[in-house]
Amino acid sequence: MLRYLASRLGQSLLLLLIVSFIGFAVLNLAPGGPLSQFALSPGMTQEQIDKIASQMGLDRPLPVQYLDWFSHLVVGDWGTSYRDGQPVLHVIGSHLFATLLLMGTATVISVSLGSTIGIFSALKRGSTFDYTMTVLAMIALSIPTFWFGLIAIYVFSLSLGWLPAGNMYTVGDGSVLDYLRHLIMPAVVLALVDVAIWSRYMRTSTLNVINQDFVRTARAKGLTRRRVLLKHVVGNSLVPMITLAGLQLPMVLGGALVTETVFTWPGMGRLFLDSLGYSDYPVVMGLLMASALLVLIGNLAADLIVALIDPRIRLD
Amino acid sequence: MTAATTDPAARRPFLKSRALRRFLNHRLALIGLVMVLTLTAACFIGPHLLPYDELYIDLRARFAPPGTGAHIFGTDPLGRDIAARLFHAGQISMAVGFAVMIIATGIGSVVGVVSGYYGGKVSAVLMRIVDAFLSFPSVFLLLALAAFIQPGPVMIALIISATSWMEVARIVEAEVKSLRNQDFVQAAHMLGLSKRWIMFRELLPNAIGPIIVAATLTVARAILLEAYISFLGYGIQPPLPSWGNMLNGAQQYLASAPWLAIVPGLAITIAVTGFNFIGDGLRDAFDSRTQGH
Repeated sequence: MLRYLASRLGQSLLLLLIVSFIGFAVLNLAPGGPLSQFALSPGMTQEQIDKIASQMGLDRPLPVQYLDWFSHLVVGDWGTSYRDGQPVLHVIGSHLFATLLLMGTATVISVSLGSTIGIFSALKRGSTFDYTMTVLAMIALSIPTFWFGLIAIYVFSLSLGWLPAGNMYTVGDGSVLDYLRHLIMPAVVLALVDVAIWSRYMRTSTLNVINQDFVRTARAKGLTRRRVLLKHVVGNSLVPMITLAGLQLPMVLGGALVTETVFTWPGMGRLFLDSLGYSDYPVVMGLLMASALLVLIGNLAADLIVALIDPRIRLD
Repeated sequence: MTAATTDPAARRPFLKSRALRRFLNHRLALIGLVMVLTLTAACFIGPHLLPYDELYIDLRARFAPPGTGAHIFGTDPLGRDIAARLFHAGQISMAVGFAVMIIATGIGSVVGVVSGYYGGKVSAVLMRIVDAFLSFPSVFLLLALAAFIQPGPVMIALIISATSWMEVARIVEAEVKSLRNQDFVQAAHMLGLSKRWIMFRELLPNAIGPIIVAATLTVARAILLEAYISFLGYGIQPPLPSWGNMLNGAQQYLASAPWLAIVPGLAITIAVTGFNFIGDGLRDAFDSRTQGH
């Protein structure tokens, strides 16, 4: 177990290193570079720009800059925001909760709804229900999240007036109910794509389990259909879904970015767009790293959970 | 992966193959094909039938709802005809989609075949790079790239390709790895064929089925991604229309002019759904294990 853990952790760290490399390359090899915004302001002379560059250490060779940046990153110094001088980690931290809340709620919705649809599709394979769900899932995968969000706002906020069109809470209210009213629409919008994916994979997974010997044995020893389903089928078909949840993380995070924009939700996605707008490189870079880190931790956790609960997987 | 690929029938011309027959019997795939063809025809023929130019500004006709005079889909905040813009945008969005398909499939195939053929350290390095790219939420990476380039259609296609090649690489790698020790590869070695010939002429064609499926789904994905980044303002820039940037700014007029949001979004959904349906049909057609529904 320990050896497995160590090797997985090593792999993740290696990945993180490559990720940091790609991220750094993207931001620094781009034409213009980090100081291009200053070149736009009319009063700036080239000497002043050079001075800023040398103050920030941006005139040094890129490998040196990378090593410097990375060594600080490792010890938790992610730099300071160009925009307001706050530590990057602090800026990201203050937006993390909103994003996790949105993603968490969306995941709960998509897992419960998607799994249920998937199980019923598998049990009634080839039925109208199954076929309809297949088609609906593919359409759901094709709808741009942000557009679905706009339509939802149009219907539920502007036309019916049932739900607020944006933000996380009403200023001056902030009760749990108020949070929920703001949360429900973006969470459902974000969950849509995942419901589709979960239902498809859950269907396949359930079909795999249903045809296995132990299910036949359970039926043969006289357990009711319902009991076999709940005790033997559902649990076993959910195991591969844990890995899937880890693999889906980048997509959910990407979806959260767009959803947050449409619903003015104060999370990491909004922060990312704002920082891009201000050419706030340290924050952009920090968010790229944070999102990759989140994804890697998620995948690692998913693998470990599967390894722990599935006795068929040996960890040597 | 697919049984059909080791089957000599896979070398038969596609037009006579069982795969084509299966594809044509796939109801969803045909619906998808009709959707895509209709939309393509509309985008390329439509502009010639409309009385308006996509850039013609008519401030007297701002915010005309669909069906006003000859404005079948209404007009935008500058009084430009939405139908004309939609069709032109479609040409651009679909061109980006196809360009990405070609570039991403190309990169993915090369990385996959090299990694699968050489194995060992080469494969370890290349596949870790694939994993690293997959660890980024692609929208984040795309936006970071898009923010620092001149956002024309060509550059947008290039950066979307840069975040869309990994799937093909994985598919090809798996296929090539499973085949590289087979007799026909040994024979090719003994004949003295170059490594490049063996990789691209002997091994790669075996993965053509899964590659075509992935390529079709890549078109769908690319159209979606272009819409995302253009919607957020970092993609294709106005006045050049794209389906994504037509939606940029639609949110603020959602109450008064909802058609600004509804029309382009429907076009995106139809196009992406169409390609996904086709991809699904192709998957079933190439995979001999799944027989119909």
